[in-house]
Amino acid sequence: MRTNSINPREDLQAIREIMERSSKFLSLSGLSGIFAGVCALVGAGVAWFIVLDSGNVCFDEYMYGSDGSAGPALRAYLASVSLLVLGLALLGAFYFSLRKARKTGLQFWTNSSRRILIHLLIPLFAGGLFILILLLQQNFVLVASAMLIFYGLSLVNAGKFTFSELHYLGLTEIGLGILAGFFVHQGLLFWAIGFGLMHIIYGAVMYYRHER
Amino acid sequence: MKNPISNLQKVFESRIRLGIMSALMVNETLDFNALKELLALTDGNLASHLKALEQQEIVEVSKQFVGRKPSTTYKATDSGRNLFRQHLAALEKLINNQ
Repeated sequence: MRTNSINPREDLQAIREIMERSSKFLSLSGLSGIFAGVCALVGAGVAWFIVLDSGNVCFDEYMYGSDGSAGPALRAYLASVSLLVLGLALLGAFYFSLRKARKTGLQFWTNSSRRILIHLLIPLFAGGLFILILLLQQNFVLVASAMLIFYGLSLVNAGKFTFSELHYLGLTEIGLGILAGFFVHQGLLFWAIGFGLMHIIYGAVMYYRHER
Repeated sequence: MKNPISNLQKVFESRIRLGIMSALMVNETLDFNALKELLALTDGNLASHLKALEQQEIVEVSKQFVGRKPSTTYKATDSGRNLFRQHLAALEKLINNQ
């Protein structure tokens, strides 16, 4: 009998499982997280040791430029360092994910990758604009906090379409961002922990769980 | 009351065809290798089930070249999607009636 050959409960479960597995972006590589983390740590190092001269340059005073000349230059240096880090990290993410896709024989540019990119970019774009507003309003102390919070929201949003580690990394970044809002003078430290250390830790976890 | 079993589609009785169709419901298109990896099947096994789905016009096939390698992609047809939805509804009804 036909009714004996099907098990509706198991069938529905299998359908759900395959739909989930096939709609997630599984080419994301943990190595891109590690690479982004290293870039961020190097960037934070450059910012601290070179731009701020190991803390000899008082961040806040300089930022607001009491002498009126050094402030804008310093801000421009810090902004270029962070943009460079962002660019390198993004390139790394594409490179390592493309490599993983090739290795595992998965297609790289699929519906899932388009979906995850859009969900990642919406909060990230909003955050970028908000940070520009902060800069224009000369409200520099909350920049690190805003970066971490908006980046965390992006990851939580994109995490629905890939490995769950991304979701938890996002939550961690949001938490760090809120803390950075309280400790505004340690902005660079929180930035280094969030974008550097956490990327490396979560990237390594992802790599060992899914790519070995 | 109408017998819910009458809406079950014979073509989806096979777990493999059910799996192929589940994947094609949430992805616009999938290529042969993606399906193969997703469902952990051999080439021959997957090809024969795809052929059956193609013959019943549940999936449509398009072939193109990616670089020098041929690539075959599959897509669920509208009628295939409808059949699958009917099948799902029938499965749910069966569970609720138990």
